[in-house]
Amino acid sequence: MDLENYTNVNIFKKVYEKREVSSIHNVVEQPHHLLKDNTQHAKGGFNPYVNNQGTTVAIAGKDFVLVAADTRISQGFNILSRDYSRTTKLTDQCVITSGGMVADIETLHKLLIAKVKTYQRQFKKTPTVESLAQLLGNTLYGRRFMPYYAFNLLCGIDQNGQGSVYGYDAIGSWDKLTYGVQGSGSELGAPILDNQFVGHNYLVKTLPDDVSVVEDTGKDIINSIAERDIYTGDQVEIVIVDKNGIRVKREPIRRD
Amino acid sequence: MELDYLKTLPLGGFNFDNCIRNRAMAESGILQAPKTMKTGTTICGVLFKDGVVLAADTRATGGSIVGDKNCEKIHNLAPNIFCCGAGTAADCDHVTEMIKRQLELHRLNTHSENRVQMAALKLVAHAFKYGGQIGTHLIVGGVDVKGPQLIECSNDGNMYSMPYHTTGSGSLAAMAIMETRYKENMTREEAVNLCIAAIEAGIYHDLGSGSNVDVCVITRNKYEMLRNIKHDNFKVFSKPGGYQFKKDRVQVVEEFKHKLVVEAGEQPMDLS
Repeated sequence: MDLENYTNVNIFKKVYEKREVSSIHNVVEQPHHLLKDNTQHAKGGFNPYVNNQGTTVAIAGKDFVLVAADTRISQGFNILSRDYSRTTKLTDQCVITSGGMVADIETLHKLLIAKVKTYQRQFKKTPTVESLAQLLGNTLYGRRFMPYYAFNLLCGIDQNGQGSVYGYDAIGSWDKLTYGVQGSGSELGAPILDNQFVGHNYLVKTLPDDVSVVEDTGKDIINSIAERDIYTGDQVEIVIVDKNGIRVKREPIRRD
Repeated sequence: MELDYLKTLPLGGFNFDNCIRNRAMAESGILQAPKTMKTGTTICGVLFKDGVVLAADTRATGGSIVGDKNCEKIHNLAPNIFCCGAGTAADCDHVTEMIKRQLELHRLNTHSENRVQMAALKLVAHAFKYGGQIGTHLIVGGVDVKGPQLIECSNDGNMYSMPYHTTGSGSLAAMAIMETRYKENMTREEAVNLCIAAIEAGIYHDLGSGSNVDVCVITRNKYEMLRNIKHDNFKVFSKPGGYQFKKDRVQVVEEFKHKLVVEAGEQPMDLS
């Protein structure tokens, strides 16, 4: 290639010329999303998402699942609530717990309850945790380009009576786990869970069988996160799902 | 000249070399220059009948993580002058330390007590010189020949003198308490309690502030540092029995056994 000539050639010339041609006909033929007003609007201005923070931990056991979550919601440096429950019962054997934006969490949980009811009417049975896991994945991916700002853990007892936890991202990528942590304190909680419980990286895959030990650990993890994460605190909500149903209890933790 | 190399040595003061690098990074569009952290704090000061009370929380944050759960935010400038610092922790520490030395020299040269006005003016002059880039938001309090003084010095070089001040991310919560409960000519007891209440408002309602309350009471010829006068925030639950690190979780691929030979006269290392 002749370099001397190359520098004089405006490689964008074609593009510029094409852009400068303007007539009503052209504008109308442009795809809707390429119109100038529309693209500008999409870029700047209104941002509907806000992160209300908070941490939630879920641990699967041999015949139970434990969820430990804090109850604080915040915006910036302000506390909006000290007793918000981020865990919702879906069926007698399944709960969902989420971190992220409270408005979206609430909407998503309500939608799932409705979907569970529809399922019950249609099929005359309660959906299994496995079914709900797929349903939640599809629900989230359905909002691929305007997602629910919610990071979920679906926890329940599966058809074999074993505890199981399903972890999701905001747009519906999901996986079956044995424990999970979501929210603002997830980076602080994950290493303790990795050390104490059985996950992908361990050879001996036995789930914990003592509820009280797992409960103490879950409670301690939220307490420890509250020490170092400013968005976590106020109360710890413990939800235990086993074959007898769902138990909920709350304990105060540091409020500063 | 023989000592030409002296010209190549840094002269002291701040080093701005990285500014060139940061601009290059920003222009490249690939990398972002590092940003400084915004820190949260609640500090306050109140004038009372015969002195000044300063108070601060003890949480130091870096973003959303608590860096120090019990740090000291009340700095000593002179035997009769103290200062609460909010903003960038490093700036507050170094600027107060620098002014402390200047005041001490002045004290030794003049054989007289430092004035609060002078300390505040020095702080403000330094802050203004750097056009607000030095993140010091200070409340200076002390007692001198003119009586109890309370001055706020902000990073842009302003000085305000009022009977009560609050600064930091929790300043709104603390000021709410101040505005409702402050009155003139309070006793020492009342002033300390007001300051504690103001800082606690910051601790509980502002996420950037937390942990304990430090109070410093300065009166004529005397100061009292009440460190951790309130300490209500601590970890309420730990797993009984602690944690075990289970060995069988990790596969042993190969095992070596070596015999430890201790040579005569050597002491074996304590491995317990």
